[in-house]
Amino acid sequence: MSIYIPVSGAAQSHEMYSLRVNGLVHEVKDAWIGESLLYVLRERLGLPGAKGACEQGECGSCTVIVDSKAVCSCLVMAADAVDTEILTVEGLGPDGALTDVQSAFLSEGGVQCGFCTPGFIVAVHHLLENNPQPSDDEIRESLSGNICRCTGYGRILEAVRTVADQRRQNS
Amino acid sequence: MPVLIPRNVDELVEVFQANPQAKLLAGGTDYMVEVNLHGRKPETMISLRRVKELTEWSVRTNQSRITIGAGVPYADMEVGEIARLVPALAQAARTVGSPQIRAAGTLGGNLGTCSPAGDSLPVLAALGATVHVIGPDGNRDIEFADFMVGVKKNSLQPSEFVHSVSLPLVEGWQGYAKVGTRNAMVISTASACLVRDSDEGFVAIALGSVGPTIIRAHAAESWLMKSTSLRGGSQLDPSIAQEFGRRVAQESRPIDDHRSTADYRRHAIGVLAQRLLTRSFS
Repeated sequence: MSIYIPVSGAAQSHEMYSLRVNGLVHEVKDAWIGESLLYVLRERLGLPGAKGACEQGECGSCTVIVDSKAVCSCLVMAADAVDTEILTVEGLGPDGALTDVQSAFLSEGGVQCGFCTPGFIVAVHHLLENNPQPSDDEIRESLSGNICRCTGYGRILEAVRTVADQRRQNS
Repeated sequence: MPVLIPRNVDELVEVFQANPQAKLLAGGTDYMVEVNLHGRKPETMISLRRVKELTEWSVRTNQSRITIGAGVPYADMEVGEIARLVPALAQAARTVGSPQIRAAGTLGGNLGTCSPAGDSLPVLAALGATVHVIGPDGNRDIEFADFMVGVKKNSLQPSEFVHSVSLPLVEGWQGYAKVGTRNAMVISTASACLVRDSDEGFVAIALGSVGPTIIRAHAAESWLMKSTSLRGGSQLDPSIAQEFGRRVAQESRPIDDHRSTADYRRHAIGVLAQRLLTRSFS
């Protein structure tokens, strides 16, 4: 249930509000106004795919899509995300099945400890949606906001190239 | 403790006047860091994201100025028409954070936070931007030099907000350069924007992260304009560029902090000035 109380002409989102995540409307109750979208997804809505590490927009492990833009969910005030379309890593594949990006991360060895992986997966989906055949420089720049401390990035870049090639061959 | 969500400028004026203590929330890339890590306790927030007028930009019909709404994100300044018309702004925007940050952070947010390290600010200073502000008493225009008054301090009055920024379209060369510890996701250690109007033979350089506000190196600019021709087709003596860098560095007022030292910043800003001037002739 979405709470919009018109106050002097403007709408208002209170401690109770609703968020549309992966196509489903979730009610958020008794929340604190300062809660980030990352916190609400993980702690209130049972969607722990987005990870919290730096909480200041540097690591990208909390990347989600809000209204078709890849953003750091730790820097989105959840109560301000009412009326948006939120897509998390949980919503990328149908019914929990792996997406082609996730499969390529596995086959190319782009995953070690796995902590950064959901953020990368979301960022790569967003990249390939907007630029199906990115150059290496474009891949690097578009993933520059996602930090991995294990892989050294080589296998992640290989996974992106693999998916881009597969999609070109299948199109 | 609500989030107030005005849908247009008129509602925003009304809501901010009724809640003068409220905090404006643009992209959230500065404010949420304070909440997440520095114990900031938000009370009443006014979200700017749905105010459509703030996300618009336009070019005056005689092509002399561009006006960019406060809600335009960096991602929209990096490429496309804004980038073509104001390349230094595009260069600055491209150095901000990461793609995720640039999708959220806005020009108005940079002015609201008013950090000396704000990447768009040296560009606004060098181009002599005018900040259009709206408040309870109507509109007013503030020159950028009068807008930023200290570290994270601007001259907005209670219930005033930045509506848009107007910039002259300059014939000639302009560029932005920045030193940091990485190429991506970095807050500047020193930054500079140089604008060279080759029609008028005029130069302006503004410095970021080397003083409490953005610094225009007026003395170095005057010296350069007296010492060499800046018009299109002229040549630059490398010793002039070197001396320009030295004079720019003299006008900086850097400090030691967690990000760098005053000595390094003074050195770096001189190098950036010399480099930008040299590039403007190549």
